[in-house]
This record gives sequence, structure tokens and C-alpha cells, in this order.
Amino acid sequence: MDETEPEVVISIRRLRNQFGSQVVHENLDLDIYRGEILGVVGGSGTGKSVLLRTIVGLNLLAAGSVTVLGDNILNERHQPNDDAEARWGVMFQDGALFSSLTVRENVEVPMRTVEGLDPDIRRALADLKISMVGLPYLAGDKYPSELSGGMRKRAGLARALALDPQIVFLDEPTAGLDPIGAAEFDLLIRGLSRALGLTVFLVTHDLDTLHAVCDRIAVLAERRVLVTGTMQEMLSVDHPWVHEYFNGPRARAALETKETTTGPIRN
Amino acid sequence: MATGRPGTDSCCSVEDVKLNIFRMNVSASPNIEIESTEFEVTVTMRGVFSLPDVTELVASLSTLPVDRPMQIDMAGVTRLDTAAAWALTTLSARFEAAGQRVEIKGLGAGPQSLLRTVADAMPKPTEEQMSPLTLTDRLAGLGEAVAGAMKFLLALVGYFGLFLAGLARSLRHPSEFRLTALIHHCEEVGVKAVPIVALMAFLIGVVLAFQGSTQLRQFGAEVFVVDLIAISILRELGILLTSIIVAGRTASAFTAAIGSMKMREEIDAMRTLGIDPAMSLFVPRILALVIMLPILGLIANLMGLLGGGLMAWIELGISPAMFSTRLIDGTDISHVTVGMVKAPVFALIIGVVGCHAGMQVKSNAESLGRMTSTAVVTAIFAVIVADALFSIFFAQIGM
Repeated sequence: MDETEPEVVISIRRLRNQFGSQVVHENLDLDIYRGEILGVVGGSGTGKSVLLRTIVGLNLLAAGSVTVLGDNILNERHQPNDDAEARWGVMFQDGALFSSLTVRENVEVPMRTVEGLDPDIRRALADLKISMVGLPYLAGDKYPSELSGGMRKRAGLARALALDPQIVFLDEPTAGLDPIGAAEFDLLIRGLSRALGLTVFLVTHDLDTLHAVCDRIAVLAERRVLVTGTMQEMLSVDHPWVHEYFNGPRARAALETKETTTGPIRN
Repeated sequence: MATGRPGTDSCCSVEDVKLNIFRMNVSASPNIEIESTEFEVTVTMRGVFSLPDVTELVASLSTLPVDRPMQIDMAGVTRLDTAAAWALTTLSARFEAAGQRVEIKGLGAGPQSLLRTVADAMPKPTEEQMSPLTLTDRLAGLGEAVAGAMKFLLALVGYFGLFLAGLARSLRHPSEFRLTALIHHCEEVGVKAVPIVALMAFLIGVVLAFQGSTQLRQFGAEVFVVDLIAISILRELGILLTSIIVAGRTASAFTAAIGSMKMREEIDAMRTLGIDPAMSLFVPRILALVIMLPILGLIANLMGLLGGGLMAWIELGISPAMFSTRLIDGTDISHVTVGMVKAPVFALIIGVVGCHAGMQVKSNAESLGRMTSTAVVTAIFAVIVADALFSIFFAQIGM
């Protein structure tokens, strides 16, 4: 990675989200830099997924501004901008694959928007993406219902990566996976992010993922981003929730695991 | 393209392949120069290479001759995405397969790692077992379908048995019987179906009277329209059409309700808690149908006669008094019996098919939708088949 001045790819300023009288975010500020993997954590109901949905334009914000790659998403909210959509990919919790299409067809869906792309090449590229996320070749012919949860997530990631986006949003990528599958997924995310120069916005609860994958962590609490920083910086934050989260017994265990396996995980 | 024909002299043929692709936000349009000598092919790439251009990239690279080593100069490449990396990897693989050396130079660290990742991830197609269908395969397929149908029938009989066992059990242990559920389902499948069934039967009566009168008038036999209406509605149409409507309404509702419980593992939870799904789910539902379908059939009979009588009065001037006299004199009570006897049987068919289909739902939403529509189709089909069998039976015993 270049060690030059980091470029801001997503900039959120004074964001407010509310549903009826319930305010989810208030005066939320967050910057995401090119090439980094940002992990977003927070207690249940602090609006992690809402934040993700707001950035990708699925959720209407009440106030503030969200700028993605220099474009204010508010301006293009109701007229989907092909170009903007090609620059980010979203992986939903359970993959959100189209159930009537095979995995390969699912990955081909975004590529169909590219004019003049030869169908054979599109098919070959879809196979490449399926292979890049670590799925076997024959998985391409399967329907989502025939796949396990972990494979569905991988297929969802393959679809998110179909157009070589600059930013990838991952919603709970390791939720519901067994520890081995989760660790493999962590490695996959990190490896792909480095190889493709991806910026990753990752919502997670998984402390192991935070340790293994994230360059920087943003903590959502009290309706805003309470603090951002590396894992080491998180350990010394004295906000009660943050302290409990990163110094609790599970966090300690995750930290120890990471320290003993630093080599392979960090590549 | 004349690219790369081995020159007879030592001089090289040069060909520029310009890709003129319009693309927003791309400052440098991609550009490839292919230079081919007797000993080597040199490809010089400049600009941004990404997905929209990959078709042309592949087209211009596919014509390169593989009988000499290749050099790719990528110093001028500002951006490379996986699609372009795939095209280059495919090209390299083609040259290497032909035993030629490929050298890629001038590549930045980022694209290089991308190229390596893509090369590592290149899918290795597994041979698909797609042998052509032989006659034996077709015969085997037919046999499987027949065996599957037999299995399905057997499963339906099994569910009927579960229902009977549950019913017998609730006779011996009345406390286990779910009366509240039964009443609830009676309301759902019976009371709430009354408007649609009544309207349907009324309109069928109207149609029969109208069609019958226009035909019978030619023979001056208008008065027989009463017999036509009475026999066809009481014997066949009243109960058959009611069953079809109920099959559409209720079989799907049973499948959807039981299927969604199956999907969310509620049925498994019931089993672990020692609750018998047959007792708590099937018995109240099927029993409610068995009780309510004859009542619905009776309502349909009455409404059909009412519609027919009304139309006969308007169209043929057969007064209500004359209609009822003719109805009572000319129509044997056996027609009503024949019609009503079928109702509980149809109810059992609809209920068993609906419950069975619900239990076949897997853990995904598609199977729920598929089984719901299967249940409706199967129930209607089975009801019509049963009706045909009844017709033959009653004809044989002379009723």
C-alpha cells in the first residue's frame, strides 16, 4: 500500500437518521480512506446496518451529507447512477442471491449492464470471480438453496465483486459461520482487499474478524461514531461500553488467539 | 487481421490496434500496439483496461500467433481490473501451452499482485457429465416418475392414516383434542368461504338455466329446465365446484401454514416437546374440512337452485311455485344423497393433500411457494378424479 496522504473515499458529515420519533444517528461524522478495511462495531440497535444502508442509498437520510468518491449520494438518490453503482458492491448478510438463478448467473447479473460484453467472456469472468472467492468450479451451476450458509456468503461476495468495485460493503460477513469458515472468510477478505486494492466497509460483531482483518475500527454508540482507531487504540479507550467490548473475556480470548497466530493471518 | 504474419524480410510488420471506447471518468482510453517479428511478438499496452473494454482486448489478443515468444510491455498501463487481468492470463496460458515464453514487464506492484491473484484463481473447469440421453435413460426416467407417483400416493395414504389415528386417539383421550383449534379452522375454511361459494353457485344456476332454456325451447320442452338444473347442481356441480373452490382456498392455506412452521423448525420443536404434529395440526384442520365442506355444499345446492329458479322465472316465465312443484315431483332425493355423500371424501382429499404438501416444505422459501401451488393443483386434480370414480360407482349400483 502506498504510504502517501490517504485519500478519503467516503465522507459522512453530520448525518442524522430517524425512523418516526426514534433517532438512530445524530451528528454522525466518519471518513473512510482508500484501501483500508474499516470495521464498524456497536451494540445491537445502534444502527450499524442502517449506516451501511444509508451510504449505499437504500435508506433515506434525514439530515447531513454522505459523499462517496466525491459524489453526494443525496443528489443521485432517486436516479440510480450506473457509474456510482459500478464503483461499489454490497454483500448482504445471507448473500441475498437471486434464488431463481444459479450462482454463475447471479454473478453475471451486474455484468449484464456492461454494454458489448461478450457472453462467453462474461461467463468466464463469472467463473473467475467464483473461483476467486474460493468456491469450487461446480458451485457455479448450483442454485443458492443448494449451498451452505458459508458458500452463499462467498457467492454474495463474488457478485459484489463482479464489476471490480472500488468499495465493498460487507454486512456481518462471518455471522453464522463456524470458526474455521469464519477464519477462512477473514483471510479471503483481507487477501482480496489487498490484491484488488479494495476499500472495505465491514459491519461485524466478530472480535476475531476485527483482530484479523480490520485496519481501523469505528465504534457506533450514543447515536454517533464514538471513536475510530486501530485495535491497539481501542484497548485504551475508557468509554464504558468500548472498554467492556474490547476488554471483555471474549475480546481477551480473541486477542490471545490473534497473538499466537499473527503470522499466517497477517500474511 | 494480418497481424503477425511471419515476414519474409527481417523487417517487422507493425500494426496498431486502437480501441476507441467511450467511457465516463476514464481519462486515458486503452490502447494496444502489437508488433510482430519473426522471433517475437511484442504487445505494448497503455491506458486503463477494465471490464467494458475486455471484449475488444480479447478480440485483438486472440489473433496473436503462438509460434514465438511474447513480450508484454505494460509500463503505460494506469489501471488494470480483474477482467483485463483475466484476458492477459488467458493469453499467457495459451502461449505457455504452445511452449512459448511470456514476459510481462513494466507492471506496478498493485497490478502485479492482481495479476498473480487472478492467475492463482483461474478456474479449472471440471468435466461435466453431460452424456446424451439414451433410450434406457428415458425408460429409467419414466420408471422413476411412476415409482415417484406411487410413493406419493402411498405417502398420502400414510397421512390419511395419521389423521385417522389422531382421530381415534382423541376419542380415547378427549383431553388431547384441540377443540379451540377445530372451531378456529371451521371458521377459516367454512364460514369465511360462504360468500364466495354462494355467489359461485348462484351464478352457475343462472348459467345453467339460461343455457338450458335456449336449447330446450327448440323442442318446446322448457319445463324440463327445472330437472336439468336440479339434477346437475344437486348431483354434480354444487359439490364439485365447491370442492374446487375450497381446494384452491384451503389446501393452499394448509400448506402455507404448516409449511412455514416446518421452515422455521416449529414442527421439530413440537416433536422435541412431545407434541404430536398430527394431533395438533392435521386433525383439527382436516376434521374442520370434513365438517364444513358438506355444509358449504348444501349452501351451494340451495344457491344454485335459487339462481336457476330466478333465471327460469325471468327467461321462461316458470313461476317459483311451479318451479318448486316440478322440483319436488321430478327430482328424486337420491340425487341429493349422491351429491352429499361425496362431500366428506372430497374434504378428506383436500385436507390430506394440503397437510402432506405442507410437511414436504424444505428450509427455503422457494420450496414453500412451490409446494403451495403443487398442493392446489394436486387437490383439484384428485377431487376431479374422485368425482369421476364416484360417477362410475353410482352408475354401476344404479343410483
